[in-house]
Amino acid sequence: MHATDTTPDEALPEDVLPTTALQEAGRLMTVCNSCRYCEGLCAVFPAMEMRRTFTSGDLNYLANLCHNCSACYYDCQFSPPHEFDVNVPRVLAEVRNESYQAYAWPPAFAGAFERNGLTISIVTALSVAAFILGFVAFRDPSVLFATHTGPGAFYRLMPHNAMALLFGLAFLYALVAMGMGLRMFWRDIKEPPETLREPPSLWQAMKDAGSLRYLDGGGVGCMNEDERPTDNRRLYHHLTFYGFMLCFAATSVATLYHYVVGREAPYYWYDLPVILGTLGGIGLLIGPVGLLVAKRKRDSVVQDEVRLGMDVAFIAMLFLTSLTGLLLLFLRETPAMGMLLAVHLGVVFSLFITMPYSKMVHGLYRFTALVRYAKERRTLAESHATAG
Amino acid sequence: MIDAKRRYDVLVIGGGNAALCAAISARRSGASVLVLEGAPKFYRGGNTRHTRNMRCAHDAATEILTGPYTEDEFWNDLLLVTKGRTDEDLARFMIHESKEMLTWITEQGVRFQPSLGGTLSLGRTNSFFLGGGRSMLNALYLTAEKLGVEVAYDAEVVGLNIDGGMFVSAVVQHEGAKLEVRAATLVAASGGFEANIEWLKASWGDVADNFLIRGTPYNRGTVLRMLLDSGVESVGDPTQCHAVAIDARAPKFDGGIITRLDCVVFGIVVNKHAQRFYDEGEDIWPKRYAIWGRLVAAQPDQIAYIVFDAKSLDLFMPSLFPPIRANSIRELGGKLGLDPEALDATVTGFNGAVQPGTFDTTKLDDCRTEGLSPPKTHWARALDTAPFYAYPVRPGITFTYLGTRVDKRACILMEGGTPSANMFAAGEIMAGNVLGQGYAAGIGMTIGSVFGRVAGREAAAHARN
Ligand SMILES: Cc1cc2nc3c(=O)[nH]c(=O)nc-3n(C[C@H](O)[C@H](O)[C@H](O)COP(=O)(O)OP(=O)(O)OC[C@H]3O[C@@H](n4cnc5c(N)ncnc54)[C@H](O)[C@@H]3O)c2cc1C
Repeated sequence: MHATDTTPDEALPEDVLPTTALQEAGRLMTVCNSCRYCEGLCAVFPAMEMRRTFTSGDLNYLANLCHNCSACYYDCQFSPPHEFDVNVPRVLAEVRNESYQAYAWPPAFAGAFERNGLTISIVTALSVAAFILGFVAFRDPSVLFATHTGPGAFYRLMPHNAMALLFGLAFLYALVAMGMGLRMFWRDIKEPPETLREPPSLWQAMKDAGSLRYLDGGGVGCMNEDERPTDNRRLYHHLTFYGFMLCFAATSVATLYHYVVGREAPYYWYDLPVILGTLGGIGLLIGPVGLLVAKRKRDSVVQDEVRLGMDVAFIAMLFLTSLTGLLLLFLRETPAMGMLLAVHLGVVFSLFITMPYSKMVHGLYRFTALVRYAKERRTLAESHATAG
Repeated sequence: MIDAKRRYDVLVIGGGNAALCAAISARRSGASVLVLEGAPKFYRGGNTRHTRNMRCAHDAATEILTGPYTEDEFWNDLLLVTKGRTDEDLARFMIHESKEMLTWITEQGVRFQPSLGGTLSLGRTNSFFLGGGRSMLNALYLTAEKLGVEVAYDAEVVGLNIDGGMFVSAVVQHEGAKLEVRAATLVAASGGFEANIEWLKASWGDVADNFLIRGTPYNRGTVLRMLLDSGVESVGDPTQCHAVAIDARAPKFDGGIITRLDCVVFGIVVNKHAQRFYDEGEDIWPKRYAIWGRLVAAQPDQIAYIVFDAKSLDLFMPSLFPPIRANSIRELGGKLGLDPEALDATVTGFNGAVQPGTFDTTKLDDCRTEGLSPPKTHWARALDTAPFYAYPVRPGITFTYLGTRVDKRACILMEGGTPSANMFAAGEIMAGNVLGQGYAAGIGMTIGSVFGRVAGREAAAHARN
């Protein structure tokens, strides 16, 4: 029993929230909206203050706006053991994770979020196995363990066009599935599609997401183990995210080289794809390790403990992508290259096709939630300006 | 944790704003400091955990304050709310020192933000803590820890050895044992006695059984009692306190800010006989907020009901519990356990007395009643739009004013007015020096910070001599 349970006759049918996590989030937002002490910490509380009642769409929006910096938990006079039992970071994490599942497309695959760590491990293992088998089946098995050097070395194992087609399709699938998820999210929060085309809101959201403005506990840094803001999650997230983007840029440049300039991989160490890929790869090694260590040390009370597997699987996939890529770079002139290429491609393929069913979607929903928040802020400021 | 063999330079009793400001300033002055906090770690810092802002004088607008607030203006505000029941010398000293406070406390790690949504009227005078009072405390504790202040939690002081106005040692209940702690000086910063219902009853009578305590259950006045029993001069009246009308459904202790209700001015307030008893629209709400606790305390069974209609539902800050709702005034009366006929008659009488006017929440408008006793002098609108709503309210005690008399060095004065040799006090425990009655938002923290800082500095200086 919570002190804030509403009396039965106050709850109208349309107010009934479908899940326990949403109901708890609804209760918390009523508590928080009566207090507002945390409004300077992040975007969630100012967005909350623009509302007085909370539908499941509102709560899903707020949950995806939350970066889980956890400052509000340690700053709260009502967090447990207080009888009001206010734990916003944990409950919003639960709501957020449920929302990933609810928006998954096609809905038949939504179950992948249930035991996400296991699902992703199996898909990855199968994918790696398929590449090894494929290399062996389509080529002479000896090719796999031979030493290949010079331009086109990789393509002796798998033709470039086949590689481009396969990965192009996988990526396209991920984009479509994630786009459908975004559509669901946007409908759920009842925001018109035009908002996603407003340059000022997009630009603001890019700045907020790019700098992780709201992963900083309102200025001192986020909280991880206790009330002391000592954590470096923002730094590690930057390394991971920008590392990933650099790797992505490396692949894009290489593809352009191949089709536009006609230069084939592998490239020399000083060539742009290698430099971008190496720098990105290093970020993508250190970042995920840092995030994983921080996660292990993190106060379990502010985490969605049921779905930790999802976080770990995603971090591990990014790490493996980078690790296998860098190993491939360093050992490409040895007989290990064939095997490493199969493993690397298997991991990347799995990363692509599981993207819509992995923690990767957090970036999409959070970024777009920030777009909506930017718009709400502007609208509010404009209405204040005209009011007086 | 507590080293009973050691003699500390400064012993601080309490763990809130006053205690931490004292501990930090004493430590910065070079003293060894032990803080004894009676509460467990989560509840450290008593009422300070619940605060949101402090009132400091400043000569110019800042990033977070919308305009200047001069010492004279602060003094006039204090004079107004206390109706002159304040120690002018001490109050003016505090106001003067409050100017430096904003800088000093920021240096101790505390962060501020512009006034919170829904509190715009305080944007010029009050500085709001980013993340609220517990965040503020976390910052102070972190600074104290880094400076080498020792802190013990679950360490209630249950005895004081005072010899002719001179502090010798304190007895502390800690980890199942009673320890004696010696120190060269004492800073008493252990709050008022608001959580001690027996003490409240001694001065208020049995009505105090129906009071709700808005903040910490740990401020039971143990240390204050022992000091007063050891020849320390008291200041203030034991029935004076900060008391507001809060939701009657709030827990007995520690319900905090979210049980407050800001809708009195939008409706009428009736007692258990469904009768009105005070002008709900006397002045703007921030200026009348703190009188309603006493008003409700004077009603039978210390209960009252704020009744309003659909027109006003979204005009005030939301609060923890939803209002009780009904489609007619009679039905509402029934749900509240009032005589439905009596409530209906009161509302009909009120509606009939409402004069035409232009409703405006931003100023003292001309919506008032005529020929009604008591009148409602502003924001009076007929309660005629269903559904109708009500909040039950009880007196919510924030903190008590009876305390130890101090001088400008925050030094405790003994009966007859001589300063104690080595005892200082800060915060609620000496608030009565400044607040004889009444309250101005944010002044509780000013009293704690200013006198805490002074007490720590003076205690350290004394200890090292
Ligand atoms: C809901 C609420 C909101 C408020 N908001 C504001 C606001 O916005 N601005 C403002 O200025 N004021 C506000 N106040 C008032 C403010 O909280 C107090 O004036 C201020 O915190 C007092 O500080 P203090 O350090 O004297 O006492 P406290 O912060 O209460 O600290 C006293 C400490 O002493 C400890 N203690 C008590 N007895 C013993 C013992 N025997 N041994 C050891 N330790 C003991 C307690 O555990 C406690 O930690 C609010 C109060 C409440 C209840």
